[in-house]
Amino acid sequence: MTTITGQLINLLAAILLMLAFAMISQRRILSLIHLFTAQGAILSAATVLVGYATQQPHLYLSAGITVVLKVILIPLLLHRVINRLEVRWDVETLINIPTTMIIGIALVIFAFDLALPISKLSASIARGTLGIALACVLLSFMMMITRSKAVPQVIGFLSMENGLFFAATSATYGMPMIVELGIALDVLVGILILGVFLFNIREQFDSLDISHLEKLKED
Amino acid sequence: MHLDWILLIVAAWLLLGVVGVFALRRLTLVAKVLFPVGGAFGLALFGLAASSFRFSHEIAVLPVGLPGLPFHFRLDSLSAFFLMVIGCVSAGVSAFAAGYFRKGEGTPPGLLAFEYHLFLASMTLVVLADDAYVFMVVWETMALSSFFLVTANHRIVEIQRAGYLYLLIAHVGAIGILLCFGVLQANSGDYTFANMRAQDLAPFWAAMAFLLALFGFGAKAGIVPLHVWLPEAHPAAPSPVSALMSGVMLKTAIYGVLRVCFDLLHLQVWWWGLLLLVVGLATALFGVVFAAAQVDMKRLLAYSSIENIGLMFAGIGLTVLFSTYGMRPMAALALTAVLYHVASHAFFKSLLFVGTGAVLHATGERNLGKLGGLIRYMPWVAWITLIGVLASAGLPPLAGFVSEWLLLQSFLFSPGLPSPFLDMLIPVVAALIALIAALAGYTMVKFFGIIFLGQPREAKLAQAHDASGWERIGMLWLVGGCIALGLLPVDFIALIDPVTRSLVGAGLRDAVGAHGWLLVPVAIERASYGPAIFLLGVGASFALAFLLVRLFYHGRLRRAAPWDCGHPWQNARMQDTAEGFGQPIRQIFEPFFRMERELPTPFDAAPRYHVSLGDHFWHWLYLPLAASVERLARLIGLLQQGRIAVYLLYSFLTLIALLMVVKQ
Repeated sequence: MTTITGQLINLLAAILLMLAFAMISQRRILSLIHLFTAQGAILSAATVLVGYATQQPHLYLSAGITVVLKVILIPLLLHRVINRLEVRWDVETLINIPTTMIIGIALVIFAFDLALPISKLSASIARGTLGIALACVLLSFMMMITRSKAVPQVIGFLSMENGLFFAATSATYGMPMIVELGIALDVLVGILILGVFLFNIREQFDSLDISHLEKLKED
Repeated sequence: MHLDWILLIVAAWLLLGVVGVFALRRLTLVAKVLFPVGGAFGLALFGLAASSFRFSHEIAVLPVGLPGLPFHFRLDSLSAFFLMVIGCVSAGVSAFAAGYFRKGEGTPPGLLAFEYHLFLASMTLVVLADDAYVFMVVWETMALSSFFLVTANHRIVEIQRAGYLYLLIAHVGAIGILLCFGVLQANSGDYTFANMRAQDLAPFWAAMAFLLALFGFGAKAGIVPLHVWLPEAHPAAPSPVSALMSGVMLKTAIYGVLRVCFDLLHLQVWWWGLLLLVVGLATALFGVVFAAAQVDMKRLLAYSSIENIGLMFAGIGLTVLFSTYGMRPMAALALTAVLYHVASHAFFKSLLFVGTGAVLHATGERNLGKLGGLIRYMPWVAWITLIGVLASAGLPPLAGFVSEWLLLQSFLFSPGLPSPFLDMLIPVVAALIALIAALAGYTMVKFFGIIFLGQPREAKLAQAHDASGWERIGMLWLVGGCIALGLLPVDFIALIDPVTRSLVGAGLRDAVGAHGWLLVPVAIERASYGPAIFLLGVGASFALAFLLVRLFYHGRLRRAAPWDCGHPWQNARMQDTAEGFGQPIRQIFEPFFRMERELPTPFDAAPRYHVSLGDHFWHWLYLPLAASVERLARLIGLLQQGRIAVYLLYSFLTLIALLMVVKQ
């Protein structure tokens, strides 16, 4: 049974990584949100599995929080934002997508190399997936760098948080409950603030293209 | 016991300041109550400090500050001496300030009273501090409170600039002092001065500590090339503040150098003395030459302060030389000369600064070229300033003469140093000091003559009013100090004898006390000075001349038109101007200045003569330094692209780099 659970967790981790790559290569904002929702769902499923395999009941709770926040609430908010702002398309990335993918592969190799000594120390059932979690963090970070519109950057930020959450679950059976609650609240507040910012940027520059923010620099 | 009372006075000053904050614009309260009461506390401080010389030292630990870092204070003879100067001079300046500050000049009077008393309190605590932590706290408080006082008229652009320059150099100096304390505690982690005294530093580190102290305190004292803030900040500040800064605050730097060299460090090396001597003389010569060429009366005094600080540093250098060669009585003589000069400079320079303040208030002019003949409209200020000018020029029987004479004596008695090179050098140095003293006299003649003598150069000067009551009291007090220091050198030297004993292990009390009224620094066959005899001599010859003139010429006057030298009328424009008076100095010492001259041609309809004096240090040291800092800042500014993607890339690359480091 453990082996099957373990295999399942590995499968879910692989799907997470695939989703991260898909997000990098996706230009449509609407699809990005869908991908983000899927990532949240996979993440909560993986958390439930880890909780089941290791008899850690608090992981069920954090999986529940993940579902509520990242599968329902935040995607809803994002949908509302793009409807109100009428941005469905992300026309340009700063670096073209094939190059981004190649850099992404290099990052994944780096992340696995990095995770190897750490996962040897870990006793967790999901220790093999730490590399994937790190790779997800780095890929999302890179997505924030390469996108020129504000909404994809927000999504990149959120998916980075997903990667961190997954890393915590896979390496150490999740963080203490209080920390998890704190992070969940942070993400919620963060998305609200970013939403306000998005509206303000739009109002100021008539566009969500963040290259306009360069004008704010003093010369 | 004394220390407790002194700390209480500090607390009282702070309390007065707080009252000032609550009575921001009530000028009568601030001027007629706060400043005079503050002056009375200054007197009390003077009395306490003067009576504490007899005791070895007192220690107090106040449980304020950070947890585990209480404030240590220590009152010994060296701090007592400087406290005496602070108390006595501040009493006079406070009385003057009571009549000086008016409504509607920048900062409200209540706030000025707060800053002023905070300044006094921090100066007092600087000389009492007994650990590096409290020292730095009060040192910075002193710098900040004086910065706000300097920028009292903060709406004027030049004053903002002067204040900024002052703050900048004060902080650069503070870094030097902080590093010096860091070296002195020798990695023991204990920053009390008691621990620093116990450390046995290697010569290299001792030299580092000395150089850092010289740099840090030198920035506050204004030694070349760290002097640039002085001629800017002094004219900018209100006159009582310039008086305190020049008269007292600069001396805290002298205190710091003495404290580090002779108390905290257990050894001195001969080349420190040579370095101090050279730096001091360079400063003195630079200061006096620039003073002689100035046309702004407060700038002139500021440069003259640079000169006097230079003389003090030279004296300290000589003290170090003597003391490293084991010539204790000579070291004591040089150190006494320095301390005497500290006291007398404090009196006459603050007197001259408050005098310029009275002139400035009466006329609204700082430019010497627009003053003149004021002795007729402001006789009080003129006569009192005359005494200050004589003291400053080093004429007997006033304060300046005694200190400069002692200094010269210590230089002239120096043959006997075991190094032939120094033996040859010292007489040259003595000659230089004589030159500096003569130029200082020249400068003072210019200062007094152009402002008070001759004919008024502007019509509005006829409306000038004399000093008010409180201003007169303050000036009289300071004049009293100049005269007392001039007439009672034996008593004063006997009083400060414990200072030299504790620093260089010898005192002059027995030598000077043996001959009653005569001041005999070394041996009666060599030299002696009796101020009372001198005063009697001057008085007698003056009376004799007066009597003779009266006897032979009185009543035999014949009024007739004098020969008019070919020009029948004369007006104020025909007098020697400040520029004209300084012209020989500009000519002789031309390489000192960066001069820009604008001469009119004979055919100009409206001829204009203009000369401006720049400072080589400013152009060759400060401007290049500022330019390179700016270049560096621009290079760093290239990182700031303003694009979010680039900033994210920075954090991304940092993350990757850190992960690589973690992985190793």
